[in-house]
Amino acid sequence: MTAITHHTPDALLAAYAAGNLPQPFALAVAAHISLCLDCRAAHEAHLVSGGAVLEASKVEAVSEGLKSNVLDLLDAQVVEKKVYQRSGIYPGPVMEALKGKPPRWKSLGMGVRQSILSDGREGSVRLLYIPSGRAVPDHSHNGLELTLVLQGSFSDETGRFGVGDIEVADQSLEHTPIADEGAPCICLAATDAPLRFNSFVPRLLQPLFRI
Amino acid sequence: MKQQPSQISSLTTYMLSVRDDRDRTAFALLFDHFAPRLKGFIMRSGTGAGQAEEIVQEVMLTIWHKAEQFDPERAQVSAWVYQIARNRQIDVIRKENRPLPEELGEDPSAEPDASQILAVEQEAGQLKDALLKLKPDQRDIIEKAYLGELTHQEISSQTGLPLGTIKSRIRLGLEKLRYELKELR
Ligand SMILES: [Zn+2]
Repeated sequence: MTAITHHTPDALLAAYAAGNLPQPFALAVAAHISLCLDCRAAHEAHLVSGGAVLEASKVEAVSEGLKSNVLDLLDAQVVEKKVYQRSGIYPGPVMEALKGKPPRWKSLGMGVRQSILSDGREGSVRLLYIPSGRAVPDHSHNGLELTLVLQGSFSDETGRFGVGDIEVADQSLEHTPIADEGAPCICLAATDAPLRFNSFVPRLLQPLFRI
Repeated sequence: MKQQPSQISSLTTYMLSVRDDRDRTAFALLFDHFAPRLKGFIMRSGTGAGQAEEIVQEVMLTIWHKAEQFDPERAQVSAWVYQIARNRQIDVIRKENRPLPEELGEDPSAEPDASQILAVEQEAGQLKDALLKLKPDQRDIIEKAYLGELTHQEISSQTGLPLGTIKSRIRLGLEKLRYELKELR
């Protein structure tokens, strides 16, 4: 595997550690950390900062019964949350968003496909499948977009993005990412704006398109 | 309770006793330390006392049940508890399930490296001292950031944030991770 050269910016890691990223970004960052030791270490460093804030917090006395309640509950059965493992090119957090199933690809035309993982008020996150030589579908250009490469690579005016690389693009970035030679590029694309489709899809058709 | 080199903090020692020996006395001591701090921390973001205690209860139970994930060579106890607390707060208040990174496949039962544990603790201690020495308005910003009250845009516009003071620990952690991954291959 080639080295990761495009990382998650520190402010996004800090907001992720504090639990204050919109869900689509949190998924992209969790997936990048799963692939990147540098960002894993930087994220853990932010947790240490959070721990220092916790340690320095004003102490509030807890109710009298709380401790004995907790001690009584230590032996109670707990429902273990299912942990999703990495599967092929998809890191654990992506497998969780896929609920353990393979992506359900829908054609966007020109051989490009997408699989929407979530789309709502907090933004959207989807998998994109782009054959070599094709352009990555239009971004929302309406906020921030994080694109994490899971297979193959793409290039644009700012550089080349291979497996594990994450591109951070805001509306000020004019770029045309194109999938490189070789295996189709599969990436995870997260935006903090609702999805907007390419201009050839009339706006009214958008809800239909998702079915 | 476990015998550890005396320099290792009592919190880490309690946590290792909980992890390796399911030691309830050690757990009760962790409760005494963390429960009031967690309650204060959670209430700062506007949560009422009642709901804060529910979250404290869940965090403490998670500490007990997930103790096997505690690795003192990578995370100091407060950092580990902080992450659990933020996750529980989000689950409870936003009714959201936060995406988490994959766990590293390590063997935490391997003989702990006391010097690495000490290094992690030392850096966390220095960080806490640095936090306490900040001017009140600067400290307020840091606290807001880690309480989850600042967006990533707001964090990136705070140029003076000493978020990078822990670079040395980052390096330390990285070297260890690289070493472990080499071992796995
Ligand atoms: Zn990275």
